[in-house]
Formats: sequence, C-alpha cells, structure tokens
Amino acid sequence: MPHPHDVAVVGAGPAGLAAAVEAAEAGLDVALVDAAGQPGGQYWRHFDERHAAPGDARGLPGGPVFTDLRARLRALSGSGRVRYLPGRQVWLATRDDDGTFTLRTTATVSAPVSAAASVPVSAPESVTARALILCPGGYDRQLPVPGWDLPGVMAAGGVQALLKGHRTLAGKRAVVAGTGPFLLPVATGLARAGAAVAAVVEANGTLGWSRDPRGAVSAPGKGVEALRYAASMARHRIPYRTGTVIREVLGDGRVEAVRTAVLARDGRPAGPEREIAADLVALGWGFTPSLELPLMLGARTRLDLDGSLVVVVDALQRSSVEGVYVAGEATGVGGAALAVAEGRLSALALAASTGDPAGTAAIRRVRRRIRRARRFAAAMHRAYPVPAGWPRWLPDSAVVCRCEEVTYGDLRHAHADLGATDPRTLKMLARPGMGWCQGRICGFATAGIASCLSGRPSTAEDLRALSGRTPAAPVRLGELAALAEETGGGGPAEETGGSS
Amino acid sequence: MVVGAGVVGAAAAYFAALAGLRVTVVERGAPGGGTSSAGEGNLLVSDKEPGPELDLALHSQRTWREDLAEHAGQWEFESKGGLVVASTGDGVASLRELTAHQRACGVEVVQVAGAELRGYEPHLSEDLAGGAFYPQDAQLQPMLAVAHLLRLARGLGASVCPHTEVTGFLRDGDRVTGVITTGGDLPAGAVLNAAGTWAGQVAALAGVPLPVHPRRGFVLVTEPLPARTIRHKVYAAEYVGDVASSDAALQTSPVVEGTRAGTVLIGASRERVGFDRTVSVPALGALASKAIALFPMLRQVRLMRTYLGFRPYCPDHLPVIGADPRAPGLWHACGHEGAGIGLAAGTGKLIAQALAGREPDLDLAAFAPERFSGGAPGSSPGRPRDTGEARP
Ligand SMILES: Cc1cc2nc3c(=O)[nH]c(=O)nc-3n(C[C@H](O)[C@H](O)[C@H](O)COP(=O)(O)OP(=O)(O)OC[C@H]3O[C@@H](n4cnc5c(N)ncnc54)[C@H](O)[C@@H]3O)c2cc1C
Ligand SMILES: Cc1cc2nc3c(=O)[nH]c(=O)nc-3n(C[C@H](O)[C@H](O)[C@H](O)COP(=O)(O)OP(=O)(O)OC[C@H]3O[C@@H](n4cnc5c(N)ncnc54)[C@H](O)[C@@H]3O)c2cc1C
Repeated sequence: MPHPHDVAVVGAGPAGLAAAVEAAEAGLDVALVDAAGQPGGQYWRHFDERHAAPGDARGLPGGPVFTDLRARLRALSGSGRVRYLPGRQVWLATRDDDGTFTLRTTATVSAPVSAAASVPVSAPESVTARALILCPGGYDRQLPVPGWDLPGVMAAGGVQALLKGHRTLAGKRAVVAGTGPFLLPVATGLARAGAAVAAVVEANGTLGWSRDPRGAVSAPGKGVEALRYAASMARHRIPYRTGTVIREVLGDGRVEAVRTAVLARDGRPAGPEREIAADLVALGWGFTPSLELPLMLGARTRLDLDGSLVVVVDALQRSSVEGVYVAGEATGVGGAALAVAEGRLSALALAASTGDPAGTAAIRRVRRRIRRARRFAAAMHRAYPVPAGWPRWLPDSAVVCRCEEVTYGDLRHAHADLGATDPRTLKMLARPGMGWCQGRICGFATAGIASCLSGRPSTAEDLRALSGRTPAAPVRLGELAALAEETGGGGPAEETGGSS
Repeated sequence: MVVGAGVVGAAAAYFAALAGLRVTVVERGAPGGGTSSAGEGNLLVSDKEPGPELDLALHSQRTWREDLAEHAGQWEFESKGGLVVASTGDGVASLRELTAHQRACGVEVVQVAGAELRGYEPHLSEDLAGGAFYPQDAQLQPMLAVAHLLRLARGLGASVCPHTEVTGFLRDGDRVTGVITTGGDLPAGAVLNAAGTWAGQVAALAGVPLPVHPRRGFVLVTEPLPARTIRHKVYAAEYVGDVASSDAALQTSPVVEGTRAGTVLIGASRERVGFDRTVSVPALGALASKAIALFPMLRQVRLMRTYLGFRPYCPDHLPVIGADPRAPGLWHACGHEGAGIGLAAGTGKLIAQALAGREPDLDLAAFAPERFSGGAPGSSPGRPRDTGEARP
C-alpha cells in the first residue's frame, strides 16, 4: 500500500475543486479523484479542452471563479501537491482498522457495454488517506410522466451536459419542464445554441425567488443571475408557463408534442390543457444528491427542505463519521456558489484540525457566506416544491422505472394486493430500481409513490432504502477478483468455499 | 400466532390457515423485510448430504411443486436445474460417491463427463474435469413468495399485523398463552417463533435458550447479459481434506446463475461476524474470483450491485422445527441457515400438521428445539460443516 494522503477529495465539481485546492495550499498532501475527464463537475461542465473552439472560453459558466480554481489545481498537481486522478470513479470507500480510509477506483464508464467487448481490465487503483472530503454532487431529479420513455425525452442536466460537453443540440424544438430556476439556464442555453424553445413549463410560480425577501437580498449575485436569465428568456422569446405541468409526452416512436395542463387551486392538473409540438423534452424537478459514498461509510442523513436525502454535517462540514467531511450538493442542493464555499470550508476546517491556525479568520468568513447561501437555497426550495400528490395524476400505464419497465399500475397492485407500504418492499415485489440505473432515476419517484399510496408523507427512511448502493459505480469482476489476491481473500474468516 | 413474516412464517401461516387454524402473523417490520429479502431463491437438493436436511429438502421440494403448484407462477418458480462441477479427477470421484448416496435418497442426478459440460453451459471454463446435473434444483423469487403466501393466508381468514414487534410473552405459569407486542397484548393458543435470524432473541423473551446466530453472506449482481448466457445454477464442488474422512463435507464455491432480467447472480460468501453490515473487500473479491474460475468470460462483466444478509444458523446446521417442551404453547420454525427459502414450504406444512394435532409427514425429531440443551450447549459448532446451506 502506498503511504496515505492527508486527505482524499472525491469529485472535482465546484465543491471538490475548491476543497482540493484549498487543502493543498494549506499544506496538506491531497489526492483528488473525479469521474469526469476534466475538472468542473456539473455546473462547470464544459467542452473538451483538448478540442477547444474559438470563443468557447467566453461561454464558460462560473467564469473567473472556475478558471482561477482550475489554474491553481494545475499548478498544484504540476508540483505534486495534489495527486489528481481524473476519469476514475470511486466504487468503494472503506474505513480501515487504523482509521485510514481506502478508496477503490475504476476507469469511468457511463453506459452499459456488452460483455463480449474485450476491454483490458486495468489494475485497480486505490487511494488511501487519513481524511476524506466527499463532494459527489448530484444529478437531475426525475418524476415519471406518461410518455417519458420516448426517445427525445431527456433529463435537463443531460441536455445541458450534451450542450456544454459535446456542443451537441439534442433537438430542434424543445420544451423544458419541471420546476426550479435551473430550468432557465437549460432553456436559454438551448436557445443560444440555435434551438427553438417552445416553452418552459414550470409547475410553480414565476421567478419569485429573485424577489423572495428571505433569500434574494442575502444572495445578491443570485438576484443578478435571475435577472440575466429573465432577460435572456425575453430576448429569445421563450414562453414561460407557470403553474403548469406536462400531463403526457406524445409521439409515435419518438417525441412529437407534449400535452400540458394548468394546475387548479387545489393543486390538481385540472385547468386548461394545450398541446405543444416539440422534438426534445428536457425534464428537471430539482436534484438528487449522490449519497452512495457517505452512506457506505455510515454517515447520518436527513430529509432536506426540497425532499431530498442529504448528509448531516456540522458547522465545519463534518459528517457523523470521524474524518469524513462532506461538501456541495450532497449536504443540500444549493447551487455552485454554495458548493464552492462548502468545499473551501471543509478544507480549512480539516487543515485547522491538523494544527494549521492560519485559517481561523477565513473560516469565519466562509461560514458567513454559507449561511447566507443556505438561506437563499431554503427560499428557493420553498418556492419550487415538487407538487404534492403528483403520483395521483399518473394513469396505471405510466412507466415509473424505465430500466425494468415497471408501471404505476404494477406499483399500485403491489401496494393494494401484496401489502407493500414502503419503497423497499415495492422494489422487491415489483422491481423498480433493480435495473441498470439502480434507482438513481426512479428512486425518488418510487419513494414518493410508496408514501402517497400509503397516505403519509415521504420520510428519510423511505429514501435511505433506495439511496445506498454498493458499488457506487459499476466495476469489472476482474478488478474485484484482483483485489481478492491483493487482500488475500478467502482467508480464515472467509468461508466462500471451493479451493479450486 | 406466528411471530415473523419471513418466508418460513408466511408458509407456516398459509398451511396453518389451510388446516383450519385461526392465524395471526405479527411482524416487526415490513413482511419479508428480514433475511428472506436479503438472499437468493435457490431450492437446492444438490448440495445436501444424506440426512435429515436432505429429507426435509426433498419433502419441501414436493410441497413447492405439488401442494403449491397452482400458485408457482406467482413467485416465478422455475425448475432450471443445477450443475455441480469439479476441477480435478479426485473431485469428480468424490462427487460420484456423493451422488450415489443422494440417488439412494431419491435425488435425481445425472453424471456429466468433462467433455459434456459445455453442452450444458457453453461459457464454462475448459479446465474442468467433470460434474453432475441435478434437474430438481429450482428457484423462486422469495419476496413474491412471502407476499403471495400471506395473501393466500389472508384469503383463508388469517390476519397479518406488520410493524408490530413482539416484546414479551403472556404466560400462565410455564405455559405461553400469547404475545406482548408494541401493538398490545395478543392471546393465542399457540405461538410459533418464526423470527429467522432473530429467533434466539424471541425465544429468550420466553426464557428458553435457542442458539440461532447470524452468518453473513454477500451476493454479487452483474450488469445484464444476453439471455441464456448462463443457463443453470452452477457451482464447484470440492471435498474438504481427506476423502476418507467420515464427515467429508461438501464445500462449495458460489452459485453462479443467470436471471430472467439478464443479470448474473453470484452468491454467496459465508462468515460469522455478528450483524456487521460493512462491506468486506475480501468477501467480494473471493466471490468474483471464484465465479471467474468457473466462467472466464465474467472477468469483463461489470458488477452492478452487491447486497448482504444474515442467515439464521444453528450450531449443527439444522433448523429448529417443533414444539418446545420447555415452554408449553411455544413452537419454533427457524434456523434454516442458507436454505430457508427452499425448506420453507415443507417446514410450513409440517409445523401446521403438528399444530393441528396431526402426525407430520416427516419425523421432526432431528429438528427438536431442546436438542441443544443437553451436552455442550450453544455456540460451539466445532469444525464448520457447510452442508447446512443452499450454497448462496
Ligand atoms: C442543468 C443544470 C443547471 C444548473 N444551473 C445552475 C446555475 O445556473 N447556477 C448554479 O449556481 N448552479 C446551477 N446548477 C447546479 C450546480 O450544477 C451544482 O450546484 C454544482 O455543480 C454542485 O457542485 P458539487 O461540487 O457539489 O457537485 P458536482 O458539480 O455535481 O460535481 C461532482 C463531481 O463528483 C464526481 N463524482 C461523483 N461521484 C463520484 C465517484 N463515486 N467517484 C468519482 N467522482 C465522483 C462527478 O463526476 C462530478 O464531477 C445547475 C445544475 C444543472 C444540472
Ligand atoms: C446471502 C444469502 C443467500 C441465501 N440464499 C439462499 C438460497 O439460495 N436458497 C435458500 O433456500 N435460502 C437462502 N438463504 C437463506 C434464506 O434467506 C433464509 O434461510 C430464510 O430467508 C429464512 O427465513 P425466515 O422466515 O426464517 O427468516 P426472515 O426472513 O428473517 O424472517 C424473520 C422475520 O421475523 C421478524 N422478527 C424478528 N424479531 C421479531 C419480533 N420480536 N417481533 C416480530 N417480528 C420479528 C423479522 O423482522 C423478519 O421479518 C440465503 C441467505 C443469505 C443471507
């Protein structure tokens, strides 16, 4: 085993990048593992730097904050103070008896490959460290709607990723739907890239968050951002339909249109309907934090205001597991600026705990910024909730789990006839979340359906049952077997049998 | 009154209701939420040596196939057969000896020469010397079995109380006259302890020792592969140590099998580590490497998830089935270790016969609850004997 690093950071999005840079500059020996091929994470996802086109840099979201962090990371990894491992996913995190942590990584793969395709199995690369800063971010939260399994329906973040990462426009005429301010950059991004955006369909009110007295004043930058998006929406003449939801995605073999309905006073989609032609539907209902690694290590979690399961952290980003810090979306969805601040704080706090007093003033400043950003995030969550009772709008034929083709009717049957009242039992009886995505896409919906059918609100327990996953990312059996040799698997405590 | 709605409790409830008894099932969590949802669903006869467990396994096979035939589709019963392979000539010889004994007990088994193995499984390693095919080995989906057995029991008048934990017993002198639960007191003529891995704790509430302990197992699930890549349940058999030794026990590698969804299940490891839920790298690694030894093509295949469960095991690897003379009114059906799914139907039917005051089809003496109270009590299993396990 190589000597342990002072800290291993997982994720090079806004939070992880800030954490790694700050920790290394405070003198710690840092490893930074990121699934993506280049730093940036979700929000700062961008074109492949090896194939940059003129003018690309101007579009870089996050602008100077990102380019500054990236430049510092380059310098630090150049001088060996950060061991940067891009393109590697952590699939297992364990805590060893002596208190150090081991991260097992594998080369990133995003789609199923056929078993026949012979890819050399690379040696498992593992990272050991005395502390962890986990910044795994999150991904789009999805709610099922009839027809969402048609080609041409995508997660808003996926559309954005194609656009930012590959400069690929996923369609010519788009409808962006769901809830929350993150729909706006997706819509305006599509419009800027040349797509016609037929509508933004927002389940909640208008751009209220920029006027919410509790939030916006405390995050002036955000207010400005909102105004900019609003202006951009107007410039591209994108209709913004509030209090409206998609009832059905229509099409024969692929998306042709959506049918929308206005939400009535009682919250049901009883209002006037309309059909909007489109060949691309981008859906986003907020974000689901990636909690595989924190849960694997036993970190405590709770239900956040937006209904997501998030890691419980203290005022210094420490989780309930000693030595494990968590920053960014995994502690509560709140945008890139908050993620950066939390990443910095975790690094400063860790450095302080190992005897570096220099950061005390900085810690105070960052904490103030975090409190402000959290207030803003809270206001946003209050303004853009997932509509209550949404499962009741689904017809029995609506597919909930696309991997296993489980319909709402299947789930209702498992509830009514077989007595399933919690999401785990639903999963065991009807298979939602058993397929390739392992419930990353349908887990939130399954939890919501289980609780709605049982006439109770969703609980942290509901979500926890579907959020833990080992491995955190798929890994080849060959790599796993190599670990057995390394660790002398099948030792005395093991009784896996067969000595063949 | 059945305590525990795992597969064993559900089967007992169904057969008891069928026998005309008034049945209530209390379960502290969600039905099936215990070990029955944390293992696999192999119904194996291939891995059992002649003895009481094999007799029970064969009886249970018949119960699943005959008594429950009309419902088999509900729990996806599939008789796909098991292929046991050996890598050495000695292994083949030992296997042949075992199969001869098994055949004498009524197990169907076909000898398979090394060259024929790939006719059964095209992707098997070429380094195998021979094997045996067991057409009776079958599988079902345990959670569906639990849910539908309970549904059928309800149809026969049983009631099921989920989220109700037994915290004590109602007594009349020595006699057990019901249970104390988080939902109130529930009197009953007989209480059946079907609390699986937690049955020892439930028995303790009645003041009787019952050495049921957890034995951890991990299962690997791969990404989906094309249909029929792996067709049967496949595992390696090697005899431990000296072939001449009288308790030559069958040791097994993990069972490798394809599922309807295309995923491959590889299970399971066996460790005694209490109720420790942390992931064990050596256990996962050993499972992977042994599966690859059987099917080299698995090296490239990706692991999608793993899960774990705790088998309820007794020191002699036999379940506990029957009335407890130490606490009249208390009955047990627990401790089925790694074979509880397969043994559940037979266990349920037999205990229902006994509860109804009839002579059970099979003598239950070998499974008597008080058998541990004699000589060395409790937890000294001696040399681990792995026959008590439907391999996964
Ligand atoms: C469509 C869209 C629009 C948005 N618009 C805005 C906006 O306008 N303003 C705003 O403030 N925010 C916006 N956001 C939110 C923003 O993306 C997040 O707040 C921010 O990216 C969170 O940073 P993070 O560091 O927590 O996570 P991420 O940016 O998600 O980074 C996490 C990183 O960790 C890696 N990772 C995760 N798990 C592993 C693992 N097991 N092993 C290795 N690496 C791993 C990921 O690959 C990723 O690179 C938007 C998000 C989306 C999807
Ligand atoms: C990895 C693994 C693989 C396996 N593979 C196979 C296989 O292929 N084939 C096979 O046949 N077997 C297999 N098994 C074994 C099988 O799963 C078990 O033997 C079987 O599930 C035991 O069923 P049960 O009903 O006795 O216990 P459980 O399913 O655990 O049910 C007991 C129930 O009692 C409840 N309970 C406990 N205490 C109380 C209380 N105080 N009050 C109320 N309720 C209580 C629990 O919540 C639980 O639901 C495997 C096991 C594991 C772990």
